[in-house]
Amino acid sequence: MLDKTGAELYAEREQRINDAMALKETDRVPLSMFSHFWPATLAGITFEQAMYDYDAFHDAMRQTLELMQPDMYALNQTYICVGPTLELMNFKQLEWPGHGTEPNVSFQFLDREYMKRDEYDAYLADTTDFFLRKYMPRIAGAFEPFAKLPYLPAQYYFKMIRVPTAFAGDEMIEGLEKILAAGKEMRKMMGGALKFAKDMAERGFVQSIGGSAAAPFDNFADYLRGSKGAMLDLFRNKDKLLECMDRVADCIIEDTIIASKNNPSRQIFIPLHWGLDNFMSPEQFELFFWPPLRKVLMGFIEADLIPCVLWEGDCTTRLETIADIPVGKAVYWFEQTDMGLAKSVLGGITCLRGNVSSSVLITGTPDDVDEECKKLIKVAGKGGGFILDGAIGLPDEAKVENVIAMAESVRKYAN
Amino acid sequence: MSNEKHEKLVNLIADMEEDEALTLTQELIDEGAEPTAILDICRAAMDIVGQRFEDNEYFVPELILAGEVLDQMSAMVKPLIADTTDEEDKVDSGMVLIGTVHGDLHDIGKNIVTFMLDVNGYNVIDLGVDVSPQAFIDAIKEKSPEIVGLSGFLTLAFDSMKETVEAISEAGLREEVKIMIGGGQVDEQILNYTGADSFGLNAMSAVNQCKEWIGEAA
Amino acid sequence: MTPKDSDRDPKELYQERVERIADTVALKETDRVPYIYLTRFWNAKLADMTSKDTMYDVEKSISSNRKAIELLQPDAFGAANYAYGQALEKLDYHPLEWPGGGAADDVCFQYIDKELMVPDEYDEYLFDPTAFYLQKYLPRIATGFEGLKHFPNFPTLSEWNIIYNLRAFANPELQESFKTLMEVGEMVDHSMTKMTEFIKEMIEAGYPMAIGGFCKAPYDHIVDFLRGSKGGMLDMFRHKDKLLETIDKARLLLNTNVVEGAKLVGCPYVFIPLHWGLDGFMSPDQFNEFYWPSLRQTIHDLIDAEMTPVILWEGDCTTRLEFIGDIPPGKAIYWFERTDLHTTKDVLGDVVCLRGNVPPSLLNTGTVDEVNAYCKDLIEYVGKGGGFILDGAASITDEAPIENVVAMAESVRKYANK
Repeated sequence: MLDKTGAELYAEREQRINDAMALKETDRVPLSMFSHFWPATLAGITFEQAMYDYDAFHDAMRQTLELMQPDMYALNQTYICVGPTLELMNFKQLEWPGHGTEPNVSFQFLDREYMKRDEYDAYLADTTDFFLRKYMPRIAGAFEPFAKLPYLPAQYYFKMIRVPTAFAGDEMIEGLEKILAAGKEMRKMMGGALKFAKDMAERGFVQSIGGSAAAPFDNFADYLRGSKGAMLDLFRNKDKLLECMDRVADCIIEDTIIASKNNPSRQIFIPLHWGLDNFMSPEQFELFFWPPLRKVLMGFIEADLIPCVLWEGDCTTRLETIADIPVGKAVYWFEQTDMGLAKSVLGGITCLRGNVSSSVLITGTPDDVDEECKKLIKVAGKGGGFILDGAIGLPDEAKVENVIAMAESVRKYAN
Repeated sequence: MSNEKHEKLVNLIADMEEDEALTLTQELIDEGAEPTAILDICRAAMDIVGQRFEDNEYFVPELILAGEVLDQMSAMVKPLIADTTDEEDKVDSGMVLIGTVHGDLHDIGKNIVTFMLDVNGYNVIDLGVDVSPQAFIDAIKEKSPEIVGLSGFLTLAFDSMKETVEAISEAGLREEVKIMIGGGQVDEQILNYTGADSFGLNAMSAVNQCKEWIGEAA
Repeated sequence: MTPKDSDRDPKELYQERVERIADTVALKETDRVPYIYLTRFWNAKLADMTSKDTMYDVEKSISSNRKAIELLQPDAFGAANYAYGQALEKLDYHPLEWPGGGAADDVCFQYIDKELMVPDEYDEYLFDPTAFYLQKYLPRIATGFEGLKHFPNFPTLSEWNIIYNLRAFANPELQESFKTLMEVGEMVDHSMTKMTEFIKEMIEAGYPMAIGGFCKAPYDHIVDFLRGSKGGMLDMFRHKDKLLETIDKARLLLNTNVVEGAKLVGCPYVFIPLHWGLDGFMSPDQFNEFYWPSLRQTIHDLIDAEMTPVILWEGDCTTRLEFIGDIPPGKAIYWFERTDLHTTKDVLGDVVCLRGNVPPSLLNTGTVDEVNAYCKDLIEYVGKGGGFILDGAASITDEAPIENVVAMAESVRKYANK
């Protein structure tokens, strides 16, 4: 393998992944590398360093790829190397290493009610206005002065000429300076990450994420109403919630298509948070969660993108419902759902991905890992249509030798 | 090729059925209709539109839409016409020179008057907006119109109209043209102030004034 | 000759004037007919300045406004503040030509009729108006707004996507726009701050404000600022449903903060100049379908919020009179430009306070005696029993000779409305 050129390796891996997603049988099961801070664990730097020291984390990523030789990888920098940007914008939805959590503890999202119960109408009437003058000032300190902007669609003629006065105050100038600085910082980081990706591509490594999106229900539960608010809305604001989700589905489709345009990967990563069993009833799932999510998936598929849905938790009772998508056009990545069961229901419909358990990767031995991977490859990999990955990628605390065992298993066991 | 279809097209245009009118136009062209026949249909339809406007049945929105339909139909038949232009039909008609006076950029009123004069068979030359006295004089010398129409919406147009009329007089052309003024703020008092011959508040009064001065257009 | 108000206590005068207008709006008889002073650039003429002078120097704008108000002693005034010349230049605001910016030094500014939203964009406007404004509309109307087209589309983003998309703020064009807006903001703020001080000074001198806020008829807004006059008319046929839906939406958007703003400055008069409602432009049926229902709703909403809508019915609106009386009595002002006020008094006299309408032609080219005679007739007939405010047909025209304007202002003290 290592005597092949980068270009040859790249083409071979890309083909292997594409074939697996198209449900074709391949020479072996492809391996995915997805992680948060595990590269920092491998390289011996703190999570805090990973978030603030771009070069150190590029190096950690390089070590990880060289060690695992995956068929595809997620460009982690884009969501790890964001410490300086988060600080500049004073981002309030996260606590992160060095900023609310310990230097070696992963970032955590703060579940809050960012949109109030009676704001559905404002959201529906003028979504961007709601974001500009209400939501953004709540989630990021630098955007606070935006709350004082005039309502733009009500401005005309001489009222329009007076709009710039909103940009004249000290608070606004200070806020804008921070936002512009955050923009520069993000661009600098992304520039470095893209250069890394280019270097890695020359050496044969293929990216797995061409864009990301949220399920419409998650969008409201996570980022707007908070989990409690969204659950109550299933009863109290049912119609408004459905209307809003239908609307945001259109927004998500449109924006993701634009954002992913020049990306080397056609896969759109959609991690789900609230679709799992036991959280909502199958009836609620079928009413609130699945239809707007399906609309998003179909929108991507029609645009020739490949939705890669991470079904968090155990989704056993959802399997029959979610089988209703076109054949060979998506990837379903399951965290805890039994892969044998998933294969029996969804095999022949969608490519599966996962799900070496985090507990084994963290606390097991290489033999334990090897055993689990072997089983997955035999069962889920049978006849093609399977990509090996951790249950939610590599847990931050996974032992190095266990990750090596996982990476080697695809080359050891035939499907 | 039936006269029934021709009549139907006239009515579709006159009744503001844009999509159907354009579809039927294409159908007639595909069936080999003479371009001139289609232009005749347009003219017949515009006569009805003009009449309905005079009768207060139609208002400005209908004139604008009729103009749009006419433009689209002309564009459809134009490739089929060799050299003859319908401008020649109007050589003998009365000629009206029109423009919004210096300093004023409003053209809606002027455009409506232009349209209605055109529909009524006059040969209208539109100089646009913010037209200087000299530009009016140059055009009068070049085209020899019978009538000059000065349009203006703002009160500043009072003086611009006055200056234009005076400049036409100074150029020795005052006897050769009748001058009518029109626009949102114009009235009898301003007629006297500017030294023009007539004023009007709407497109129909402009048409009627032209008829009075130079008779029905050919 | 009645004694001038200027000898009296300003506080007392202020109260008396506020009540005189309020009583007139309520259709009560008052000691005399009130006169309200508004203009665009007549104050410049009075002070021997050009329009451009007052657009580029707020101090000149203020001193000429002061001069006019002190001369005319109106019952209420609107400050003619257009001292935004530098700001307009820096912003490079396209829809306007103004003295110093495309127009001659001594004329009024003019709004350029243009299609700024194409028919396909109705849906975008309806779906997310602010996104449409940021990404499409604002960049079209001014160079200073152009960079805003790179503004991230926040509602489509969540969590990490919000953070990655901050990259947009590194875009040099967006940064340039912000820089421009900050500079323009300083200029406009300077002008507005000075003018606010001036208005306070005038209030202390006994003159109430005539305008607490502005609003638009929804159809006018769509025609003037979005579709252009031609598009707005064609849409009555080609996109009727979208147009009606957008009229409904625009009404809600336009009402935003109008009441709050008027309450903040403590003046209940919300000025709504109309553009396309006049006779001859659209048919009575079209008026009743596209124009009046949404405007009527705006009027009702403002009245419900304890505002007094001031509707300037431009042009001749004679055929509209039979429809537009359908509002709560004694709660609004209808200002007519060319509609005959005798007829209007007969039709609407017990419904709404009337205002107007000394013609521009008379003010600009008539004699003092002619102006006096005209005002006397208005005061005696239209003012009879109350419910009439004297004003120009379209306020005081920029070119009006000073003596004519003075005659008009003084006529309310000379002639009794009984």
